[in-house]
Amino acid sequence: MSSPPANKTALSELDRPNSYIGKVVPRPNLDRLLQGRGLYVSDIELPRMAHVVFVRSPHAHAKIVAVDTGAAKRLSGVIAIVTGEELASVITPWVGVLSHLKGLKSAPQRAIAIGRVCWQGEAVAAVVAVSRAIAEDAAEMVAVEYEALEAVTDMRAALDPKTPVIHASLGDNLAFERVLDAGTVDAAFGGSDEIVEVEFVFGRHTGVTLEPRAVVADWNSAEARLTIYQGTQAPHMVQNIAALHLGLEEAQVRVVCKDVGGSFGIKVHIYADEMATYALAKLLRRPIKFVADRVESFNTDIHARDHRCMGRIGVRRDGTIMAFEIDDLTGIGPYSMYPRTSAIEANQVVNLVGGPYVTRNYRARARVVFQNKNVMCQYRAVGHPIACSVTEGLVDLAAAKVGMDPAEIRRRNLIADDAYPCASPSGLRFELLSHHAALNKLVKMMNYDQLRAEQAALRTRNIHRGIGIASFIEVTNPSAAFYGVGGAKISSQDGVAVRLDAQGSVICQTSITEQGQGSESLTAQIVGSVLGVSMSRVRVILGDTDQTPYGGGTWASRGAGIGGEAALQAAKILRKNILDVAAAILQSSPAELDIADDAVVNSADGAPRIELRELARIVYFRPDTLPPGIQPELMATRHYVPREYPFAFTNGVQASWLELDTDTGFIKLLGHWVVEDCGTLINPQLVDEQIRGGVVQGLGAALFEKCIYDERGQLTNANMADYLVPMAGEMPDINVGHVVSPTTESELGAKGAGEAGTAGAAAAVANAVNDALKPFGAIVTEIPLTPQIILSALGRI
Amino acid sequence: MTASLSISLLVNGERVDAIVLPRLNLADFLREHLKLTGTHVGCEHGVCGACTVRVNGDIVRACLTLAAQSDGASVETIEGLSDSGEIADLQAAFRDRNALQCGFCTPGMLIAAQDLLTQEAEPDRARIREHLSGNYCRCTGYHAIVDAVEATARRRRERTP
Repeated sequence: MSSPPANKTALSELDRPNSYIGKVVPRPNLDRLLQGRGLYVSDIELPRMAHVVFVRSPHAHAKIVAVDTGAAKRLSGVIAIVTGEELASVITPWVGVLSHLKGLKSAPQRAIAIGRVCWQGEAVAAVVAVSRAIAEDAAEMVAVEYEALEAVTDMRAALDPKTPVIHASLGDNLAFERVLDAGTVDAAFGGSDEIVEVEFVFGRHTGVTLEPRAVVADWNSAEARLTIYQGTQAPHMVQNIAALHLGLEEAQVRVVCKDVGGSFGIKVHIYADEMATYALAKLLRRPIKFVADRVESFNTDIHARDHRCMGRIGVRRDGTIMAFEIDDLTGIGPYSMYPRTSAIEANQVVNLVGGPYVTRNYRARARVVFQNKNVMCQYRAVGHPIACSVTEGLVDLAAAKVGMDPAEIRRRNLIADDAYPCASPSGLRFELLSHHAALNKLVKMMNYDQLRAEQAALRTRNIHRGIGIASFIEVTNPSAAFYGVGGAKISSQDGVAVRLDAQGSVICQTSITEQGQGSESLTAQIVGSVLGVSMSRVRVILGDTDQTPYGGGTWASRGAGIGGEAALQAAKILRKNILDVAAAILQSSPAELDIADDAVVNSADGAPRIELRELARIVYFRPDTLPPGIQPELMATRHYVPREYPFAFTNGVQASWLELDTDTGFIKLLGHWVVEDCGTLINPQLVDEQIRGGVVQGLGAALFEKCIYDERGQLTNANMADYLVPMAGEMPDINVGHVVSPTTESELGAKGAGEAGTAGAAAAVANAVNDALKPFGAIVTEIPLTPQIILSALGRI
Repeated sequence: MTASLSISLLVNGERVDAIVLPRLNLADFLREHLKLTGTHVGCEHGVCGACTVRVNGDIVRACLTLAAQSDGASVETIEGLSDSGEIADLQAAFRDRNALQCGFCTPGMLIAAQDLLTQEAEPDRARIREHLSGNYCRCTGYHAIVDAVEATARRRRERTP
């Protein structure tokens, strides 16, 4: 299982002499970005374009008493100042709930607040001017009178009867609750030799895309059409939502997505200020541009991970894990986000805890509460870092309790590699995972035994190093089970159209999107391989609802597995059509012909018969020379969605090696290893880079990143100097290895890889820190692992 | 608001004369007045490094530099450094190593890396990481960038007799 190709017959279309599958090839069109000649939304300018700046609430919770725009309106260059009431004439409010998350509730949210603001940063008025600078000047002149209300900030108090209810119509501050009880949990704890119970605390953090969220919305009143240029991961979702709330047909909305300066889940949602920008374009009948500044990004980009999770594990002396139990609490801000909702992360935590392990005994409760802070929603690896940190933290604490090596306790409890297919206690279905192969490979890659010896030797010299291991599973290739079944019009299928142009080059339109992952590359690699065409002759078009087939986009580690399979199937049809025409031209049969290196060749000896360029010339310009009755079809479209498994689970394991300075509390990362299994590797370099980038986002969460709110709901570090992100100097080299277990659900066999790095990195670091702390009898279960937390655990402060 | 100022400077070797407000920063001047959109704006407070450009040979944050301060200066942006071929080998190394994903940090990252490579012939990985630690990249995790810069340094040494 560990050496590709695992299913040679299934990959026959791709396993050809000139195949690009499994090869490292540079992404097409990178020179555009390398030369600063990309087109990000923040670069776009249109005729008559105006700029919008939002007046935002300085209060976490307040009544809006009056908005005085008089002075601001008189400033030269100001076009309009629009309040929530005025904008409500063009755009309707929304409620971020889905029916499959039973009991989830939220209140109507508006593009611009009316009457009341519910978090610091909520927009109160829009200022539109000929330049952003003038709009900012005018925004400072808008006088808003507020009457402060009590802010609900501590999630632990949100459900207390004495705490004010943020939305009176909802009755309480509980947005969602889920409970699960599988197996015989009480009996399993009763039969355990040791039980460990601790609370894990996760800092609220955010995505910090380097390009802030940006939109240019252009309403052409003569065409009655809205064109939205937006850095989004899901263009068709944006089309649907914009049309729905502006009272338009979807055909009246075009969403164009060129280069995107980072996404990571931040740009897969619909934000109130983006809705306001669409509505302003319609109201003012001209292009309107909104580019968030960095302070706005911190105050309004979705936050994630603010969880407090009680965890409990029972273990026998021989290391057998008997049961897991969790009680998770998370605060999501004042509204459930639209349209994907803010209950998904907690739901994922319930789904995923204990996922890599054999035990059937698992009890969980998750509660999601409202609070007067910025909204929380899905950010890269949704729920996985919480579930992995809780699970792997508990496993390490249990191992320590029974005196067992962390690698050994995992060997004794991870689901066996030959036990598939099987399901988790929470009902997740696993087609084929490789926990043991991955762990064995990791242990070899990192020289585990040698590091343990080094650690022991250094401890005698008062140098404290730690090793942390974290196994994980990852949700990828989601079917309609994720959103569609709950009523969201977010497509789980993707489509690809492939055509041979008049010079024998290939044009390929795909509904998956590119934010740097390599969607364009993997599509060209697959299409080039199947067709026998050089990658340099394949042009990929994505990110335009007028141009591409309908589809979901790129999120939830779905682009390669779903969009890639659609590309494979479309290219197969085109290949057949080309060979049919070639056989007619050459008076041969399709079975005797193949395509290689941009030409039709004899399948027997590879001898060239006709260049694709020449075939295309005949088809497009001299069809009169073809045999009677032939109608060539040099374009093919196919769509794909996984139908058998709701999700294609992947697995992996990470390890961290670090040094702890017990005087300062500083942590130095010395090494990081990942072995993961995403099935077929289309481009190993791109997969490795997804893993590395994901790991570093997880390391940021582990060590630095936290949105620090005070008790009044004020975000106190909303800038890049005070909110710490990982920079090159603190990050280690990251070694990546693979096990390859393709999914048999698709011919391509690819599962997702985008979130695996983020899923397990923080857990590995936290376990390594606890490993380093062992001689001191201290443990830490809160991230980020700031010097303050380390020194507190050591009793130094 | 104070009166506009007249400035004259070289941008990528071309003379530019302009009338600007005193508060206009160099990044906005390059992007909005000269349409040189390769200089990116990430944080607008001097932390992220996306707007890194070269002024009189030194790398600066264009968001912390006023356009008025650039009067009489020679400013080089990613467009100029690309067209002159000065960093073609570094760009090729980034491409081959996939040392960029979304590409938003890339112009600033390349200019900061070139700054190091012009000062030091044999920077080790730690030195490369240190020099680039003022340039934020959210996509790559930095490893590939360090590889690409290291490879470029090695190739330049091999080329130099």
